[in-house]
Amino acid sequence: MRVVIGEGSCGIAAGASKVRSAIEALMTANEPFVLGSTGCIGMCFLEPIVDLYEGKELVKRLVKVTADDAKNIVEAARSGDLSLVEKIAITAEDEEFLSRQTRIALRHCGLIDPVSLDDYREADGYQALEKALKTMTPEQVIEEIKVSGLAGRGGAGFPTWFKWNAARQSPGDEKYLICNADEGDPGAFMDRAVIESDPHSLIEGMLIGAYAIGAKEMIVYVRAEYPLAITHLEIAIEQAKKANLLGENILGTGFSCDMRIKAGAGAFVCGEETALIESLEGKRGMPRLKPPFPAQKGYTDKPSNINNVETFANVSWIINNGGEAFAAMGTENSKGTKVFALTGKIRKGGLVEIPMGKTLRDVIYGIGGGIRDNKEFKAVQMGGPSGGCIPAHLLDTVIDYKALAATGAIMGSGGMVVMDESTCMVGMAKFFLDFTALESCGKCVHCRIGTARMQEVLTRIVKGEGKEGDIELLEELCEAVKDGALCGLGQTAPNPVLTTIRYFKNEYEAHIRDKKCPAKECVDLLTYSIDADKCKGCTLCAKKCPAKAISGEVKKAHIIDDNICIRCGQCVNSCRFGAIIVE
Amino acid sequence: MCNCNCNGPKSDLSLLEDVLNEYAGSSGNLITILQKAQNIYGYLPKDVMYCIAERVGVTPADVMGVATFYSQFRLTPIGKYLIMACQGTACHVNGSERITAALSEYLGIGNGETTADGLFTLENVACLGCCSLAPVIMINGEAYGNLTPDSAVSVIKALQEKEGK
Repeated sequence: MRVVIGEGSCGIAAGASKVRSAIEALMTANEPFVLGSTGCIGMCFLEPIVDLYEGKELVKRLVKVTADDAKNIVEAARSGDLSLVEKIAITAEDEEFLSRQTRIALRHCGLIDPVSLDDYREADGYQALEKALKTMTPEQVIEEIKVSGLAGRGGAGFPTWFKWNAARQSPGDEKYLICNADEGDPGAFMDRAVIESDPHSLIEGMLIGAYAIGAKEMIVYVRAEYPLAITHLEIAIEQAKKANLLGENILGTGFSCDMRIKAGAGAFVCGEETALIESLEGKRGMPRLKPPFPAQKGYTDKPSNINNVETFANVSWIINNGGEAFAAMGTENSKGTKVFALTGKIRKGGLVEIPMGKTLRDVIYGIGGGIRDNKEFKAVQMGGPSGGCIPAHLLDTVIDYKALAATGAIMGSGGMVVMDESTCMVGMAKFFLDFTALESCGKCVHCRIGTARMQEVLTRIVKGEGKEGDIELLEELCEAVKDGALCGLGQTAPNPVLTTIRYFKNEYEAHIRDKKCPAKECVDLLTYSIDADKCKGCTLCAKKCPAKAISGEVKKAHIIDDNICIRCGQCVNSCRFGAIIVE
Repeated sequence: MCNCNCNGPKSDLSLLEDVLNEYAGSSGNLITILQKAQNIYGYLPKDVMYCIAERVGVTPADVMGVATFYSQFRLTPIGKYLIMACQGTACHVNGSERITAALSEYLGIGNGETTADGLFTLENVACLGCCSLAPVIMINGEAYGNLTPDSAVSVIKALQEKEGK
C-alpha cells in the first residue's frame, strides 16, 4: 500500500507537515507500505488530505486528517484493514466535488508526485513534446492550437494561436517564450497549484510553444510569494535537463531550448505583459506603449510571446488528444475548460475545473455546495481587481468570455470569491480600490490620481460621510480612468465600482442618505445595544469588552455606552443569548 | 570597495561579494541581486544599495527606484518574527481587517512597523494564496488559518512566551 499526503501550499498550511511527521515517527525500518507525496488535490476545504493507494488504485481518501490520526493510518496501511480509518474517510457527497469536474489543466494535480519525472512520464508526460518535435512542423502545432480554440487563461482571453503565429512570423533568430506566473489577483491560486503539483506539464507546454514560435530560451516569471512552486519548478527543470528534455538537441531532434526562472518581487502591475518584460529586464515594472507588441519587440527588444500558466498546462493535452477534442467542450466563443479558485463564504472551497458553458450556479451550488452557515448568496466576485461582482439574479449566467463580460465582470484568471448577505458591497468596491490605488504604477495620471480620488470618495461613504452626488462623481471618475489609462490595470480598475453601483446602488444610497450599512459591516455606521428582554445579566460581554463600554449588575440587563463603544463586535461573539442588537 | 558617502551604519559588504560576482555583469539582474542582498541583510541598507549601483553600473537612483517599486523590498530592518497579514479578497470577505486591527492593537504597531523589542514586524501583504483557510496570517513562513481576533492574538502570545517575554 502507498500512503500519499497532499502537500501543496494549502495542505501544508492546514497541517499536512504535522501529519507527515506523526506518521514518520511511527514508521519502522521495514514497513509493508511506503509514504509518498502529491500536490494539490484541489479540495482545500478538506485539507489535510491523505490518500491510500493499492497499486494504481485509490482505495481510500482520508480528509481533515490530524496528527492524532497517524496511529490509525499506519495500522490500516500495515494490516490493510480500512475500517480503522473509516471515521476520517471522505463522504460520498464530498466526493462529488471532484467527480463533477472535467480536469485537463489540472489533470495530474493531486495524482502524481510533483517532483517525480517518472510519475509524470507514466501519466503520458512528454509524449506530446515528442509528437510535436518528431511528427509536426511548427506551423502544424500552431494550426492544432488554432483548431482547439484555446484562449489566454490569464484573463484577457486572447487567442493563443494568434500570439504564437505573430511571434513566429516576426523576423529575428533570437526569440523568447515567457510564462506569466505572477498570479496577482487576490483570491486566485490556480497557477500556483499547477506549478506546485505538476511542474513538468508547464515545462512541456512551454517547450511545445517555444518550438512553435522558434524560441531558444524560456523564462518563467513567478511570484516570490510562491516559494514551494519555485522549488518544485527548479527541481523539474534540473530533471528535464538531465533527461535531455531541455537544453541542446532535445530528444535528438535538433531543437534546442533552455529555461530559467525569474522570481517577481511583488507588484500587481507586472501581470501586464509589457510591465512584466520591464521587470524581467531588472527595471521598475511600468507598462510600455503598444505597439510595438511583444511579438515584435519584447524582452530586450526581441520578439517575445507571453502566456499564462494555465494556458500552457492545456497545450500538451491538446497535442495528444487533438484540437478538435478540446474544441468539442465549451460554447461557441469559449472552448475547453477553465479552472476557478472557489473561495469566500462557500461551503466547499477549492479548485474547480469545468467545461466552459456551465453556469455560475453549477459551480457555486452544484460543486461548491452553496453558502456557508445557511446564509443567502449575495454576489460572486470574478476577475479580481479588474473584474466585478455578479449578483444573485444572474446566477444562471454561463461561463463564457462574452457572457461574463456582459455582466460587467470578466472571466479573469479564475478567482471566484463568493459573498453572502454579510458582505457590504460598497466596502467591497473600496477594498479593490484600496488595492489598485496602491498597485497603480503611477505612469498614467488618470490611473494614479483617479484611483486615489475614487478611494477617497469610497472611504468617506463607508464612514458615513458620503454626500449627494458621490455616486455620479464615482461614475464620472470611472469613465475618466478607463479612457486615460495605458494598460489593463487602469482600464479595468473601475470595474469593481461600476458593477457594485450597477447592481447594488441601493446599498450606496443607504450609506450616503440613511448613514446605514445594510450588510452591517461598516463599523462607523453601526450602533450596538442590548435587548433588555433577552439579556440574562451573565456579565460575559462586560468582561469581554475591551473598551469597558458595557455596564450592569449581575442577573440584570446590561447597557452599552455608545460614546465609549469602539464597535469591535466582541460582545456579539461572546453573548450566548443573542441579546446584542447591531443596527 | 565601495565609495558610498552615506553616514548610516556600515554593512559588511564582503557578504555580498559572491552575489555580485555572479550577477553584477548585467543590469537585467538588478532585482535578483536586491532579492539576494535582502536575504543576506534582512533588508536593503543604504550603503549596500550604493555598492550594488556601482558594481552593476547604474545610478543609485535606479537602484532606489526599483527597491521602492516592489513591495517585497524593505528599507528598514525587520523584527525576528515577520507577521504577514493576508489582505486577499477571500480574507477580506472573512474579516481580515478585524484580525489586523487586533494584532495592531495588541502589539501597538501599525502596518510596516516593528515592535520596540525587535521581535515582531507587522506587514499587510497581497494574497498568500491559502484562500480556503481565510483569514490567514503567515509568520516566518508558517501559515495560521481560520483565525478570529482572539486566536490571532493567542498565536502572538505563544511566540512571546517562547521568547520569555
